[in-house]
Amino acid sequence: MIKVFTTIGNYVLLMQKVFSRPQKGRIFWDQLMNEINFLGLESLGIVAFISAFMGAVVSIQTAFNITSPLIPMSMVGFTVRQSVILEFSPTVISLILAGKVGSRIASEIGTMRVTEQIDALEIMGVNSANYLIFPKIIASILINPVLIVFSMWMGILGGWIAMVMTGLVSTNDYVQGMRIDFQGYTIFYAITKTIFFAYIISSVSGFYGYITQGGALEVGQASTKAVVFSSVIIILFNLVLTQLLLT
Amino acid sequence: MIETRNINKTFGDHHVLKNLTISFEKGKTNLIIGQSGSGKTVLMKCLVGLFEVDSGMVVYDDRNFTTMNFEQRKTLRQEIGMLFQGGALFDSMNVQENVMFPLNMFTKQLPAEKLERVNFVLKRVNLDNANLLMPSELSGGMRKRVAIARAIAMKPQYLFCDEPNSGLDPHTSGVIDLLIKEITEEYDITTIVNTHDMNSVLSIGDTVAYIYKGELWWKGNKETILHTDNEELNDFVFGTELTSRLKR
Repeated sequence: MIKVFTTIGNYVLLMQKVFSRPQKGRIFWDQLMNEINFLGLESLGIVAFISAFMGAVVSIQTAFNITSPLIPMSMVGFTVRQSVILEFSPTVISLILAGKVGSRIASEIGTMRVTEQIDALEIMGVNSANYLIFPKIIASILINPVLIVFSMWMGILGGWIAMVMTGLVSTNDYVQGMRIDFQGYTIFYAITKTIFFAYIISSVSGFYGYITQGGALEVGQASTKAVVFSSVIIILFNLVLTQLLLT
Repeated sequence: MIETRNINKTFGDHHVLKNLTISFEKGKTNLIIGQSGSGKTVLMKCLVGLFEVDSGMVVYDDRNFTTMNFEQRKTLRQEIGMLFQGGALFDSMNVQENVMFPLNMFTKQLPAEKLERVNFVLKRVNLDNANLLMPSELSGGMRKRVAIARAIAMKPQYLFCDEPNSGLDPHTSGVIDLLIKEITEEYDITTIVNTHDMNSVLSIGDTVAYIYKGELWWKGNKETILHTDNEELNDFVFGTELTSRLKR
């Protein structure tokens, strides 16, 4: 138990160092653009692939389960929309990003730690925590909502393509279902969750990378810890945020 | 000049540095030697502030480093250059970007001025025309030379070298040693080299401090080290087959 509190304490202390004014605005801007590219745009492919296929699977499963003639086939579009917007895109895609982006952040910073690159920054008088972690947090907070909205779009598109190709539901029914009782607040809810999850992924992964000590083995362990703890914290916060935002 | 006054450092129950008082002179290559685990790396990390001392003080030319706050240390650190064991070059940057990094961070020079300084220091370490190479494309000796170029880019007053010869062949080690000595004399800076390479000791050791179990056990220079009657130091100096044969 003491170890848990020590870890939380060290995390808070590190975040105090992270959230300070960058040394040079121009350098921070360059780093931010790089991180948006590395952490966000390079994830577009995997996000598109998973979202499209998950949307397709959800639509086929829903159509398969509608056996009563009293339930209109437009419910397929409705179900895909609700599943994708409320849960699949913000939470499941964030968990996937925790794996992809989190391990990258932890291993990159961890390697810099064990090869003394972070010590070199400190010796020069650079606030290494701020220099390395702050741009990643800001980039994730900016780009992850874009990825999630893109994921929503791909999920719904995947569902529609699956319905058209199988002939289970017509385009008219699918689109009609998607429009039933739409509330813009669900998008706000999804993006709010995404911003929290983006912060969790980048800060927790940055923390585990930054405190790495040892060699290649420890970098691997840091990477694993970053993914596991980011995922666990996302799941916990998913419940808390859902309770706060939807009730 | 850099001094430590009665510094102590412990890790848990392990007392690594014991009441260590030592001074390092300006314009000279000051070597710290000792067996692995003797505390010389901890001493160097305490000197540059990567470890905080438990008690005692580290003084840079009458400026007490131990009591400085973050901003004061940041200012002082711009006068410090450090060469790490593995070079510690930034993997994502090429040679030019690595050397230019401190200039970008701490100066308001124009890009042309920064490039001129980078080319000057790269030429000084005999690495002209290597600007666009990535660290992964460099040999061990080249990495060390780029690291030296980065360390001197800001015209430091203090240069720290942590085992600059580790992993290098004897010839390249000699080149790096010579470079460190030349730079020290040329810029009149205080250089501290952490090593257990006796070749370095005998070639560049203006002052030599032998650390034994966290204490300053002996201090002298490259001339006197071979004629001491200090038993532990002799075990260290003549501990290899080659040096013991030379002694006989």
